[in-house]
Amino acid sequence: MQSFDFVRPSSVAEAVAALGAEDAQPLSGGQTLLPSMKQRLAAPAVLVSLSGIAEMQGLRREGDSLVIGGATTHATVARAARTDFPALAELAGNIGDPAVRNRGTIGGSLANNDPSACYPAAALATGATIVTDRRQIAADDFFQGLFTTALEEGEIVTAVRLPIPQRANYQKFIQPASRFALVGVFVASYAGGVRVAVTGASGDGVFRWTEAEAALSDRFAADAVTGLTVEAEGMIGDLHGTPAYRANLVRVLTGRAVAAAG
Amino acid sequence: MTKVTLTVNGKAVSREVEQRTLLVQLLRDDPASGGLGLTGTHVGCDTSQCGACTVHVDGMAVKSCTMLAVEAEGAAVTTIEGMANADGSLSPLQQAFQDHHGLQCGFCTPGMVMTAAALLAENPTPSESAVRYYLEGNICRCTGYHGIVKAIMAASGQDMPAMAAE
Repeated sequence: MQSFDFVRPSSVAEAVAALGAEDAQPLSGGQTLLPSMKQRLAAPAVLVSLSGIAEMQGLRREGDSLVIGGATTHATVARAARTDFPALAELAGNIGDPAVRNRGTIGGSLANNDPSACYPAAALATGATIVTDRRQIAADDFFQGLFTTALEEGEIVTAVRLPIPQRANYQKFIQPASRFALVGVFVASYAGGVRVAVTGASGDGVFRWTEAEAALSDRFAADAVTGLTVEAEGMIGDLHGTPAYRANLVRVLTGRAVAAAG
Repeated sequence: MTKVTLTVNGKAVSREVEQRTLLVQLLRDDPASGGLGLTGTHVGCDTSQCGACTVHVDGMAVKSCTMLAVEAEGAAVTTIEGMANADGSLSPLQQAFQDHHGLQCGFCTPGMVMTAAALLAENPTPSESAVRYYLEGNICRCTGYHGIVKAIMAASGQDMPAMAAE
């Protein structure tokens, strides 16, 4: 790992100021960033730790939404969201392994937008709002492809506001080596309709499967999607699965998620 | 260099570290070069996959190869050296590993014990599947895990039903 300067501010305002330095980068749980720095895929000149910022920690209920601080760990979400949003708690409790969940954060996961990460599917399927130090971004506008988001240089995800669905479920088909999602599907049902978001499958990262949303909004049943097909074009292909295999998994897992959501 | 002050196995320590020093380096490095010389914590993969470097930070299992030492400022860290009884004898969990063939080469064992201790603190009587699930981030290349799972079940006061190793 190359050397860098390190600052650990105690407020969002101080962190934003520190991120004004050249080649500065925020450090949240570090479960992706630190391994990337060891491999010299990343070499920031300044690391701005978000771990000492109290206002970015924890969960709170706001009406029909759950607001989660950007620096809240997966382990905390897995524990604290169980009553308000069980499908999200379950998703958080299946990320990585226990030690990774004790460090990794929701804000870090969303900002990284790994094409196989779980949280982007939850944010997109719930139509979440990504709250940053300077604005609010709809999830539909936030995810912009492989490791790419609407975030500007030095912009921090301070919180995420997720509308709580009436029914929801996340199905994760794990890649057996990395334990990331080979394909993951989050289905969320609201009074106004159903949203379906898919992670792990597409070379462009998380996406909404709109055909399934229409079919499920019409009739929320697992067999409502069996007649649909997902295009294999644009899907990831590697030794763990061909594009056609992943495309089929999207349909199968969507059906399973609907069945599990009841 | 930055000064970091923390508690390790109940003792307050303070060291000057480079910003990029990993927690596991601070723990393991020779005292002559600014470390604590606690080499019980092992580095297996150095890529946060294998779990050999697992320690507790404020009671939570953490991979110490994937946390900066400066991030442990003010934290209470427990390593495998802090797990034995006060008289130096093995804790019940450690003894269970010995009794139930929970280790062969022993390289993964410090991480296994720390993860198991975190599990039992959260869930004092886990099911066998809960034990296996919790060990997802700890890799053992010798035992086939069966003895490890058995040891943790035994340490929680439960018998593991006689069954063939998977």
